[in-house]
Order: sequence, then C-alpha cells, then structure tokens
Amino acid sequence: MTTFDYFQIILFFTALTALTPLLGNFMYKVFTGQKHFMLPVFGWLEKLTYGASGIDPRKETDWRSYTFNLLIFNLSGLVFLFLIQVFQGYLPLNPANLPNVSWHSAFNTAVSFMTNTNWQGYAGETTLSYFVQMIGLTVQNFVSAATGLAVILALIRGLSNKSSEKLGNFWVDLTRSTLYVLLPLSILLSVTLVGQGVVQNFKSYDTVQTLEGQEQILPMGPAASQIAIKQLGTNGGGFFNTNSAHPFENPTPFSNFLEMLAILLIPSAFTFTYGKMVGSVRQGWTIFSAMLILLLTGLSISLYAEYSANPLFGNLPLMEGKETRFGITNSVLWATSTSAASNGSVNAMHDSLSPLAGMVAMINIMLGEIIFGGVGAGLYGMIIFVIITVFIAGLMVGRTPEYLGKKIQAFEVQMAMIAILLPNLVILVFSAIASVSSAGLSGLNNYGPHGLSEILYAYSSAAGNNGSAFAGLNANTVFYNLTLGIGMLIGRFGVIIPVLAIAGSLGNKNVTPDSTGTFRTDNWLFIGLLISVILIVGGLTHFPALSLGPIVEHILMNQHSTF
Amino acid sequence: MNPQNKNILFNKELLLTAAKDSFTKLNPASLIKNPVIFIVAIGSVLTTVIVFIGLFDGNYSFFNLQIAVWLWFTVLFANFAEAIAEGRGKAQAESLRKNRITAKARKLNGNQDVLISATDLKKGDLVVCEAGDVIPSDGEVVEGISSVDESAITGESAPVIRESGGDRSAVTGGTKVISDRIIIRITTEPGDTFIDRMIALVEGAKRQKTPNEIALSILLSGLSVIFLLSVATLPAFFGYSLQASGLPADQNLTLPVLIALLVCLIPTTIGGLLSAIGISGMDRLIRRNVIATSGRAIEAAGDVDVLLLDKTGTITLGNRMATDFIPAEGVTVEELADAAQLSSLSDETPEGRSIVVLAKEAFNIRGREVQQLNATFIPFAAQTRMSGVDLKSEDGSVHRIRKGSSDAIRTFIQNSNGFFSGQIQEIVTGLAMQGATPLVVAADNRVLGVIHLKDIVKGGMKQRFAELRKMGIRTVMITGDNPLTAAAIAAEAGVDDFMAEATPEDKLRRIREEQSKGHLVGMIGDGTNDAPALAQADIGIAMNSGTQAAREAGNMVDLDSNPTKLIEVVEVGKQLLMTRGSLTTFSIANDVAKYFAIIPAIAVALYAGADGTGPLSLLNIMNLGSPQSAILSAVIFNALIIILLVPLALKGVRYRPISASLALTHNLFIYGLGGLIVPFIGIKLIDILINL
Repeated sequence: MTTFDYFQIILFFTALTALTPLLGNFMYKVFTGQKHFMLPVFGWLEKLTYGASGIDPRKETDWRSYTFNLLIFNLSGLVFLFLIQVFQGYLPLNPANLPNVSWHSAFNTAVSFMTNTNWQGYAGETTLSYFVQMIGLTVQNFVSAATGLAVILALIRGLSNKSSEKLGNFWVDLTRSTLYVLLPLSILLSVTLVGQGVVQNFKSYDTVQTLEGQEQILPMGPAASQIAIKQLGTNGGGFFNTNSAHPFENPTPFSNFLEMLAILLIPSAFTFTYGKMVGSVRQGWTIFSAMLILLLTGLSISLYAEYSANPLFGNLPLMEGKETRFGITNSVLWATSTSAASNGSVNAMHDSLSPLAGMVAMINIMLGEIIFGGVGAGLYGMIIFVIITVFIAGLMVGRTPEYLGKKIQAFEVQMAMIAILLPNLVILVFSAIASVSSAGLSGLNNYGPHGLSEILYAYSSAAGNNGSAFAGLNANTVFYNLTLGIGMLIGRFGVIIPVLAIAGSLGNKNVTPDSTGTFRTDNWLFIGLLISVILIVGGLTHFPALSLGPIVEHILMNQHSTF
Repeated sequence: MNPQNKNILFNKELLLTAAKDSFTKLNPASLIKNPVIFIVAIGSVLTTVIVFIGLFDGNYSFFNLQIAVWLWFTVLFANFAEAIAEGRGKAQAESLRKNRITAKARKLNGNQDVLISATDLKKGDLVVCEAGDVIPSDGEVVEGISSVDESAITGESAPVIRESGGDRSAVTGGTKVISDRIIIRITTEPGDTFIDRMIALVEGAKRQKTPNEIALSILLSGLSVIFLLSVATLPAFFGYSLQASGLPADQNLTLPVLIALLVCLIPTTIGGLLSAIGISGMDRLIRRNVIATSGRAIEAAGDVDVLLLDKTGTITLGNRMATDFIPAEGVTVEELADAAQLSSLSDETPEGRSIVVLAKEAFNIRGREVQQLNATFIPFAAQTRMSGVDLKSEDGSVHRIRKGSSDAIRTFIQNSNGFFSGQIQEIVTGLAMQGATPLVVAADNRVLGVIHLKDIVKGGMKQRFAELRKMGIRTVMITGDNPLTAAAIAAEAGVDDFMAEATPEDKLRRIREEQSKGHLVGMIGDGTNDAPALAQADIGIAMNSGTQAAREAGNMVDLDSNPTKLIEVVEVGKQLLMTRGSLTTFSIANDVAKYFAIIPAIAVALYAGADGTGPLSLLNIMNLGSPQSAILSAVIFNALIIILLVPLALKGVRYRPISASLALTHNLFIYGLGGLIVPFIGIKLIDILINL
C-alpha cells in the first residue's frame, strides 16, 4: 500500500465521522417534528401527501397497527412491482423494446427491491424498461429505505417512551424519511454525479464505432437519479449490470469517493440521531464505535489478504475482477463498506476477491447486516444484539438486565432470538439445500471450496438484504429466484416484526432511573462486550460452513492448490 | 435450620441421594423441563442406539461407545447438579417436619375446651395453649401473654414474647408455649400453615421458574436452535466438500460426531446448572433465616434500588442513651450527675439505666440502695411526664428530685415558685436541634441542668449505607420523630434521605411515588399498620415477631426479626443473578475452544494431499493427538465442567458490595476471559490423558 492509499482511507473515515453528527442532528430535528431548513422547501408536499391520502399525522398507533400499516404498504409495493415487470412490454418508456419479464425473475426482483435488498438476478440494461426502473425500482429504493427508518423510529420511541403504547405514525415516518432525508440527499448526489459524467437521459441505446472499427452499443437512461438513491438508501441495485464498476455509473475517482461515502452516510449518521432521540448522545457514539471497530477490523483483514501476494500468481497484485481505474484499496474499501452496510452495490467483482477478503464481506453480511447496515435496518439489527449483550452481561452486575432504563425480560429475549434465528435459518438451510441439489449446483461456475462460498454468499446476501453477489453464480433460475426471494422476505420481515414487537413491549415499561447499580451501556467495556457477543453468537453459527468455504480455500491457495 | 450445618455444602448422605436422583431424573417428563439438557439426552439415546446397531451389523465402534457414555454423563451431571441443590432443601425440610406437630389442640367451645386433632382445626377456631403446649397451627393471640420458644423455625433458643393486641400477636404452628396461658385464633387452613409452606418451598416441590430464569431459558433454547441449525446443515456442506476433494460420499460426518459437535456448542454448562442456581438462591435465603413466598421475590430483591428503613431498631439501637450532663449556671456538673443518678436508680427503663451507667463511668458515682437513702421512687407517669425520687432527710423535710421533658419540669418548677432560666431553654432547644432528647433535672425549685439523651446509631451502619450507595441503592430512613431530630440522625447514620413524622399512609404514598419514578422499593415492617406498605413494596419483608397481617402482606418473612436483614436479602438476590450471568458468559465463551478442537478434527481428510492431513488441520492450534481424541476430549471437557462448577452454582459467585461497573469488570475477567482460556487448557489436558 502506498501513502496515498492510507491517506484516502483516513480521509474517507474522517469524512464519515464528521458528517455523522451533522446529518444526524438534522435527522433528529426531522423526526422529532422540530423546525429545520427543509421544511419550507418540502413542507407543502408533506401536508399535501397527508391531505390527499386522508392521514391524520397526529394520530399515533400501537405496535400492532404500526406493523400492520407497514406490511400493507410493502405488500402493495411488491404486487405493483411484480405486475409492471410481467407486463412491461405493454407499458410506455421502453425504447429498447424489452420483453415481459418471466414470473420467477419478476417475483425475485419485486421482493428484492421491496425488501431493500436489490439482489439482481437479471442484467438491468437488457431486462428492464426505463418505466420499470423509474416507477418501480427507483420508487422502491426510496420507500424501502424509508421503511427501514420507520422501523428504527418506532423502536426508539419504544425505548424512550415511559409506559405508553404509542409508537408514532408509520405514514408520517415514511413521508418524512422520504421527503426530508432521502429526496434532498439524492437530488444533491445525483446532480453532483451528473457533473462527474454519469448519464441521465431517456435516449435509446447508442451505437458507436470503436477505434478498432467494431460496433459497440452504449446503454443510456436515467442512471444518475437511481444511482444516488441506490447508494444512499443502502439499496445497491445498479442501473447497469456491472453496477458501479460501469463507467457510466461511476466515472471518476471523485464519484467513486462520493458513492462510497453515500453507502455508509445515513446508517452512520443515524447512530447520532439515535443517541439524541434516546436522550444520550454517548449511547449513539457507543454503537457507532462498535460498528466502526468491526468495519475497520474487516477492512484490515481484507486489505492484508488483497495486498499479500497470491503464491499462485507469483507475487502479482490481485487485479482480476477489479477496475484498474480504482485499484485495490478503493475496491476493497468499497467491498467492505457495501457488504457491511447492506448496500450491495459493487465497483469490483466480489467473486474475484481473495478468499479472506471474500470471507470478510460474507461475514459482514452473515452477522446480520449490523455493521452500519441498511438504512434503519442496520441500527435495529444492532439493537437486537445490544439486547442480547445487555441480557447476558447485565446479569453479571446482579440486576434484572436493563437497557436505557427498560428491563429486558423474557418477551424481549424471545423476540431478539427470533430476529437472530430467522436470517441464519435462511442462510444455513437454503445453502445446504443448494449445495446438495442439482438445481442448486447447476448454477455454479466454480468448483472446489469457492463454489460453496458462492452459494453461501448468495443466501447470506438474500437473508441480510444486501444484494451483492459472488457473480460466479448464475442465479436467474427458477430455483434460485424463488429460494432467494423467500430468503429475502424472511430476512427482512423476520427481523422487522420481532423488532416492532420489542418496541411495543418496551414502550409499555417504566424507565428505571440511572444509578451506580446500573449496567452501563455507553463505555468501552460495553463496546468490547457487544463486539464479542456479535462475533460469538453471530460468527460461531457460521464458522463450520465458512471453514469449509473461504477458510479452506485460503489455506489451499497458500498450498498452491486450485480447482 | 440447624446452625451447625449451615455452612456444609455436601455430606455423604446428600451426595448418595443426589446420585440416585440423577438417574430418576432421566425420566423424559422431567428432562423436558430443561430444553438444553433434553437435546443432550436425545443425542445420548441416538448415539447409544447407533452403538447397539453397530454391535449387530458388525460396524461396532469403540469411539461411538465412548461418545455415548460421555453424553450420558453430561445428562447425569446436569441432573446431579439439580438433585444436590434439591437435596439440600430436602434435608432442611426434613428437620422442619420433625418439629411439625402431631399434637392435639385444645379447641375452645364456649367456655369448655375440647381435645381435637390439630389437623382438624379450621380457620377462625379458638384454641387454648398453656405452658408446655405446642401451638397447633398458625394464629393470632387474642387473649393473654406468654413467652414462646420458636427455635423450631428460627433456630434461636431465646424465647420471645407473644401477646394479644399490638404488633407481637402472631404465633406459628409448631412453636412451643413455655409460660402462661394464651388464647389463639387460628388464621390458616390445615396444610397451608407457615411451616407447611416453608417445607414446600425448601423442597422445591412447588418451584416455578422465575421471570429472569424464564428469559434466560429462552435465550439458551434460542442459542441451541441456532447451533442445531448450524450442525444439521453441516453434512450438506461437508458432502459438497467431499465431492470437491474427490472423496466418496460415505465418508460424510457420522451422527455421533455431529451430536458430539452439537452438544459441545449448545450451552450445556449453564443449561445444566440453571435450576441448581435457582434452588440454591432460595436455599441461601433460608440459611439466613428468611423465607420468601416465591423465587420471584428473590430476583426482585436484586433489583431493589430504594430501601425504606425504620429508624428504630434498624438504624438506631432503639433506645436512647445518656451521653452528657449539662449543668445549669451555678451548678457543678457533679451535683447534676449525682441528682440525675439518684432520680434514675430505680428507673428500669433503658434510658434510666443509661443515666446510671453514665454517672458511674464519667463521675464514678456508685450505685446506692434506694432503701438506705430513705427514698421513695416516683415512676414515670403519663400525666406528669416526669420520674424521680423523694428523699426524706433526717429533719423530716422532703427533698424532691425530678427529671423529665422540659415542659413538664417547667410546670414542676413554676409550681414550686422556682425559676426556669433562659439558659436552660437554650440548651434544650440546642439539643433538640442535634436530634437528641433533652431531659431536664430539677431538685425542689431549682433546675440543675440537662441530661443529653441520644439515639445511638448502630455500629457499622454508616459503612453499610455507603456500600449500598456504591451498589446504586438509595436508603430512606422512616421515623416518627420531628424533622429536626430526624435530619440529625439521618446525617449521622449516612442515609440518603429521611421521612420525618411519618404515618403509615405516608409510607404507602412514598412507596407509590418511588415506584412511579421507576424505582423498585424494598421495606421491612412488623406492625399491622405496615401491612399496606409491605404489600405495595416490591420487596416487603415482614418480621416473624410481627402481626399475622404483616406476615401475609409481605413477600418474605424474616424469622430472626432483624431489620437489617433487608440488606442481606438484597445481596442474596444480586448474587443469584450474578451467578446466572457469570455462568452463562462462561458457557458461551467455551464454544470458541471447542470449535478449534472439533472442526479441524472432522475436516482432516478434506482436500488432503498424500499425507492424509487436509488444510484445515492448520486450525488444530491445540495440537490434539488424533481427530477422535480431539472430539472425545471436547465432549469429556463439556461433561466434566458441569460437575466441576456445581459448588459454584450452589454457593453463588463471590459477592462484594461494589458498583455495577466494577462488578462487571471483575466477573467478566474471571468468567468471560476464563471461559475463553480454560477449555483450551482442559481439552488439551484431557487429550494428553486419552493418548497416554
């Protein structure tokens, strides 16, 4: 690594840390209904939205109604997205005359975008019309991220309420998240990206003559707008098949830097919002620190693995699958961030990462997408681990464990365990089925341990609502489209529903005041504990499978074996 | 509750019974109550079946047999832990049963008493007990006063007074009247007496899981399911890897190996010890002579963060003591002391005696015989609020010495045409401000001075309260004194807050107020008027000497009737939770080492080169002898650690009154870090032994 590489990494994390309180404070104002500078710009639109849809923004609901509204909203999004895909041939804005999408691919894509996963079993530019991309995908990019924010907001209210059932109004949270957070940031980012050379038009595909005299088709379309939200909303679904490795999606080092920053921006800033909303900024920074430490640890391992020479290639740097424009450091930084943050956009092919770097990306996802994680989703996933940590370690101080003054009892533990169990169930059971069935194995392009890694990665990506892939796997088959689709649904709502149930249960509880007898959840010791519990509970579950995939592959690589 | 065997953890008889019970507990109906151990039991059965099938089809495997044996041991050890905890309770119950009455009761029918069996007594019946009778059932004294030997339940041999009315009216069935005659109204139905409940409780017969225990069970079951998934899917990944390494599919993992891996990963240590920890928590409380009505109460005791303590008896010794003589102008301190002593010679109240003691210690004024002095003792009377002596001098004149409250003495002096000086008034006010009680001494028409009577704070209380504060527990002193006096004593004792001139309603209101702020309140009380507050408090400890109403209202009864017991109860509760947390942490941390033992062992053949050891052998960082010995060592360690930790589960982790952060650091260091390291050492040692 060169000094410039170190400099860039430091610059990246400095920028992220500096933006965290700035954006975090703004979101705090937005979600607590205070005055903020976006109110004059979009305030009328918020009122109009409520007026047009007959919502009383002051009416708060309990956790059951909140969950019900959320599920109804997401279900309608799913159905709509499915329908416009299977009928896209009859719909406008389809200059490339793309045909209707198959039912299983449409199901997979609809689930994928509704759940904030953005797993893409298809190639964007050769499958979906502009209409589907804009009205379907881009809309879901916004509202799936807003849904994540709504869930964490309900959880925060549950944590800070004093004996109250009310968790807020789902429609208000959804509207405010979209109008004041996601939309302004997306506009800002897409305009900047257009300035860097990202395409944004409705033209049909261009055909150009290359220098060698060959013909090349250049895909066009409204890319910049979708790219902005796919990065900011931790969606990750690229406009083009090669995602942010494509020069029209990510033309310059500056656009690369911005897009990487956008991946982690909202999840990181929301830890600050969280701290403010629960009444202790320290609590927010504690979670931020735990996330950052996990991220940096993973990044260090990946960088080490990537910069260690592969003995099979005689000391050449591992550039396979990477853009020469970005180089190793930027590819690894992106890979670590995108897997940690449940984003799933890529600027290098994860399939070509060295075994250990690939494993880091996989572990980031397997832990439950809690290292910053998806917008809203990362934080509520982290709170699940906080609850488990508080419960185990809190007992050691001799009191019924409590977090932020709320007692953690049987119901919370039960829901937290369900939220941890379900995504793991998806990863293990589906991967196991795929690795022994011909339907599963037929999608593999690689053999040996790497093939197993590809399968594990795919289901982890689905369960964690990440969306990135070890591209070696051909997943656009009925088997993969269906199992991955179901996996994404379980991975999303198998966590959201228990989290909202926890919010409801905690909200009803009284707050125990702080004293020296209180188990502290805002110091270094707690950060260490939290990380240990995440690694032991989350990591050990997958250690057997990982040791048969990337770990053995890494050892074999050093022993000069290939497959 | 025999004091001699309080500290003995095990004895031979107990161990034998527990060993026997470990087998009877193999009954699936009892095993299923503990999901983690139930999984192990299923694994043991499956492995055993495989061993037997092997015997018949010629695939007998000694390795499988060993796994099966150690899996059974794991289950038995967990059963043993529970059995021994229960056994200790049963031993206590046995000694209680011996004392239970088989006697007859003398039931009152009008003025006649009829001899009936004690078991036929109904609630509301009246019975007569005289010296030598065993009280047939729980009740309340409605007539008479007597001394009662309660050693059967308290272990305390000194008899206690039980009398009708007032706060010492409750009697317990099985205790013995040793003087006088009392009439008792029976307050419980047969079979539900205090002793019956105590027996049921210590035997664990009616034991229900407490809220925190339920939550922990859920966590452990959840973890078990996750690890079950992880192990159950392993053959699929393994099969894939076999194919990729060009190995035949029949080399896939065998069921015994998978079961061994699963049993090592699921939290069997804490799972096996969980109920033992709960039972022994109850047990520790009983050893301190406190009976809780439910295990829930003990847990809540750990959570209490506000303690309401009565001043008298809890914080102070209960009696005021003379600490100083302050003479009036023109009077020597000796003269005052002499008069004070004279006035108190026949005063048998603790205050009076303390004055005599002070006079002797400070001025060497020795006791004199009242008769020799030709004196008449004037006892304290509610009307005059004074006591003293009348001394007849040789000339026949009567010399009157009096001590009493300043108001009473002022009246006395003024009636004798004396003068109550402003200086005396100042001293009196000054003392009251310090929280003391001034007693003014007068001789005839002259005020001699003031005796400083002081509430004596019990030794060590200040330190105790400081400890509680460190643990995050706030203490509130409750007293009927005026605010000035209360403030002074509160400051001296080091309590955090006080309630002066408190009525029972004030107590109740205060408890509700604290609870609405999210605090958990503990209090101790004895009187009938304490009952509402005891019922409202999260932990209400009634004194055994108190009224039946108070005993019914609280959720614990202190047999020693010692008000400071509340603090110990809180400690027992905290220790119980700490033990659970520490062993859970230990159990989970153990998994890391077990992985490093088993994964390289099972994957040794995968992708192997010519030498037969595959790449994953690199993970064999403990350098275990062979794959089979590695798996076996992990299973053996897993079983042995349960039995090794039984004493810890029964005694509880070491408890010290320190802040939460310190306690956490401390326990984390021992049980977290220890949990990571110990199994590496243990597994390695077992492996060395196996391969000898």
